[in-house]
Amino acid sequence: MTVVFYLSAAVAVISTALMITRENAIHALLYMVLSLFSVAVIFFVLGAPFAAALEVIIYAGAIMVLFVFVIMMLAPGAHRTEESLGRPGLSAFVVPGVIALVLVGEITWVVFSGSLGPASGASVAPDQVGAALFGRYLSAVEMASLLLLAGLVGAYHLARRDPAREDEGGERS
Amino acid sequence: MTAAVPLEHSLILAGILLALGLTGVLVRRNVIFILLSIEVMLNSAGLVFVAAGAHLGEPDGQVMLMLILVMAAAEVAVGLALVLALRRHFGSLNIDDASEMGG
Repeated sequence: MTVVFYLSAAVAVISTALMITRENAIHALLYMVLSLFSVAVIFFVLGAPFAAALEVIIYAGAIMVLFVFVIMMLAPGAHRTEESLGRPGLSAFVVPGVIALVLVGEITWVVFSGSLGPASGASVAPDQVGAALFGRYLSAVEMASLLLLAGLVGAYHLARRDPAREDEGGERS
Repeated sequence: MTAAVPLEHSLILAGILLALGLTGVLVRRNVIFILLSIEVMLNSAGLVFVAAGAHLGEPDGQVMLMLILVMAAAEVAVGLALVLALRRHFGSLNIDDASEMGG
C-alpha cells in the first residue's frame, strides 16, 4: 500500500500543477477533481476511510459541482479566459488519460493483490469519528451548522439581483 | 504505532500542495482560478490534520477535516456569489478590474 501512497501523491501534485496552468476553467475543474480523488486515496491509505468518503462526496461531488454551476451561469464563453480552443486533437487526451489510468491501475492492483486496507494496518473507524463528533466536538458541530447558515444567507444576498435598484433604473430610463 | 508511510512524507506532500495553491493565487488573475487555488490550500491543510490524526491513531484529525470541509463549503458559496456580483458589476472575471479602490 505504500506504493499506492506515492503514486497518488504524484498524481495529486501533477494534476494540481496542471490545474493552475489551464486556460479553460472547466478543464481546470476536472483536474481539480482528479487531484481531490488522489487525495482521497491518500486518506484511505493513511487509515482514514471516513475522511476519504467525505473528500469524494462533499469536495469532489458537491463543491466542484457548485463551481461548474457558476461557470455555466456566467455568460457563454466566460470559461474561456484567454483563447478559444478549437476541436481537441488526440494529443489532448494523452495527459489526462495517463493520469486517470494511474488511479485506475492503483485500484485494480489493490483489489487483486488482496492488500485492501491502510498501510499501517490500523485505521480510525467511522464510528470513532462519529462518537468524537457528537461527544467532545458537539459545540463545534453546532457552530459549523451556524456557519453554513450564515454562508447560505450571505450567498443569497450577494448573488441576487437587487430589485429596488433595477426598478429605479427602469423609472429613470 | 508503526505506520508504513512516514508522517514526514505526508507533510511534505501537503507542503507541495500548499505551495502550488499559493502559486495559483498569486499568479492567476481569473477569480475562479483564485478560488480553486484557495480550495487546494484548504485541502492540503486537511491532509495535514488527517495525517497527524492517523499517526496518533486518534479520530480528531478526521473531525478537523470535516470542520474544514464545512468552512470550505461556506467560503465557496459566498465566494462564488461574489464572483457573480463581480461579473455583473464589472463585466469581467479579471481580478485587476476590481482594483479601483487602489489598494
